[in-house]
Amino acid sequence: MSANAINPASYLDNTGDDPVFRARLVVGDNDFHSVTNKVCGVVENRQPKIWWVAFAISSSLTLVLLAMIAYLVLTGVGVWGLMIPVAWGYAIVNFVFWVGIGHAGTLISAILFLLRQRWRTSINRFAEGMTIFAVICAGLFPGIHVGRIWVAYWLAPIPNQMSMWPNFRSPLLWDVFAVGTYATVSLLFWYMGMIPDLATLRDRATTKIRFFIYGLLALGWRSSNRHWHRFEFAYLLLASLATPLVLSVHSVVSFDFAVSIMTGWHTTIFPPYFVAGAIFSGFAMVVTLVIPVRKIYGLEEIITARHLDNMAKIMLATGSMVGFAYSTEFFIAWYSGNQYEAFTFMNRAFGPYAWAYWTMVTCNVLVPQVFWIKKFRTKTILLWIASVLINVGMWFERFVIVVSSLSRDYLPTSWGYYRPSIVDVLTFVGSFGLFFTLFLLFVRFLPIVGMAEVKGVMPQAHLDRPGHHGHGDYHGDIHGMEVLS
Amino acid sequence: MSGVKQSPAPGSGEVRVWGYLAEFDKVDEFLAAAAVVRDAGYTRWDAHSPFVLHGLDPAMGIKKTILPYIVFLAGLTGAAVGILLQWYTNAFDYPFLISGKPIFSLPANIPVAFEITILFAAISALIGMLALNGLPQLYHPLFRNGSFKRVTDDRFFISIETTDPLFDEHTTREMLETISGREVEVIEEGE
Repeated sequence: MSANAINPASYLDNTGDDPVFRARLVVGDNDFHSVTNKVCGVVENRQPKIWWVAFAISSSLTLVLLAMIAYLVLTGVGVWGLMIPVAWGYAIVNFVFWVGIGHAGTLISAILFLLRQRWRTSINRFAEGMTIFAVICAGLFPGIHVGRIWVAYWLAPIPNQMSMWPNFRSPLLWDVFAVGTYATVSLLFWYMGMIPDLATLRDRATTKIRFFIYGLLALGWRSSNRHWHRFEFAYLLLASLATPLVLSVHSVVSFDFAVSIMTGWHTTIFPPYFVAGAIFSGFAMVVTLVIPVRKIYGLEEIITARHLDNMAKIMLATGSMVGFAYSTEFFIAWYSGNQYEAFTFMNRAFGPYAWAYWTMVTCNVLVPQVFWIKKFRTKTILLWIASVLINVGMWFERFVIVVSSLSRDYLPTSWGYYRPSIVDVLTFVGSFGLFFTLFLLFVRFLPIVGMAEVKGVMPQAHLDRPGHHGHGDYHGDIHGMEVLS
Repeated sequence: MSGVKQSPAPGSGEVRVWGYLAEFDKVDEFLAAAAVVRDAGYTRWDAHSPFVLHGLDPAMGIKKTILPYIVFLAGLTGAAVGILLQWYTNAFDYPFLISGKPIFSLPANIPVAFEITILFAAISALIGMLALNGLPQLYHPLFRNGSFKRVTDDRFFISIETTDPLFDEHTTREMLETISGREVEVIEEGE
């Protein structure tokens, strides 16, 4: 024990669960200034070669996406693999996949904030950025799947040449409002949290153009405590608004399915099951992104082993919820005594899409169980591989739900087997290009760690005097500082 | 700090003085200093820190913001807009009769009304916060000071404006220098 105390490795290790020692959220020899330097350095220093390589690949894939969209719009949705009975294919699968990924960002920024999980501060900016980019990718698919995208405004209650309004009793329209609100609120939340950090970049700017742009974005923030007071209140309010919002978004997405009478979709478990799956997949994506980023930019002391450990635990919890939901679906299919429902689930597991089903079960139910073992939570390469597998599994979950139910419904004469076309596949791959392009630009130009928030959870931010153990906030115990009534 | 003179004279010469700025680098010194300025009775002063410092609000004697009421009203407006929009479009202007369901029934209209409630409330939270803070304000006399740039990094500052009724060239300076242990910087107004 005493030998470990001076071992630099254990100095950096904050994954212990001993409640006697409060785990440090920023490890190593850091003070406020070094945190500023490290985080701003990501934006201010020359980008490493790997950034350019990644950017070249992802922006090329974005061009593939744009080409596929152009081809789709100029030709028609026939270029996709859609057919009857599977008239919902990759577009909706990708939509649900991307929107689900976004959910981890809001969970970290809003729900963990309300729960006072202070470790969120190192990763929330990052995860919120991921949310926005994932929602952009998600919004793309319903936008282009309508076929004639020049009349996509029919989705919104805007007076049109038909003198008709959209049907507000349709979950598909609820979706438009849910995802639209979600995108807007996520963007507001993200931007508002970034204002103080943009001011930091402004104050460190060495060129006129940086000073101008960051200065404009920072809105003249001068760190006044009278401003901080309202800022923090607004943050709290936005967190309280975003919490029910994020739960509603994937619930509404699940209504797209649950409100229909399709077997395998028409179940009341869908809203909680979708929300758990969304958070599960979102955390997997955060981990997939954060492990290389912290390594490349040397942020390991700010986004620490404990952060990864916590995220792995959340994946274990939500992954187990998802696994439980899978088994509940099977149980209800049998217990309901409904022969169509029973057939659908046997068909999922042993029918023509069994390969997709078992890929899903392996990646989503079995893989997260490795997180019971500490080594899989702390060894970054193992954690990274597991998170990628979970991403794969969660995509297959949506594929299984959408395709297996549609391909074999009530009437055997109308059964079919859906295969995506090459355009489907390239559009999906291209959406990853768009996601990573936006993400790389974010890393290049904006503060990826909420510096102002991280500084607030460092030991130096708390009263550090004899008799005061440096962990608490001010409790009115400094002489002469009694609270004014 | 009692014998403060009423001195409205804000500096001399052609450059007008905006106020005084004192710098701190330790959190507890800063909090204690804020309490001293508060107890001296100053009103037009401010404390600047790189992050939200818990305990600074009581140390400064800041009252709770009215922002929640604004957000609540905006949320109510959103709920009303959501309900009215759905009633007008689907029940009044162009009644949709689908599967024999009622033309207007609240349960089916809750999700959209809920989303619009959140949307309005969230937008008002951001705009309300900025408006109450008087932002965006891209220019401020404090930005003319070089050392103030570190307020977004690792330094803490207290500023007292010359327009404060208690402001006095000598006593205010003396007080700030006593509590910060450093020379006070003079912030000038722009041309």
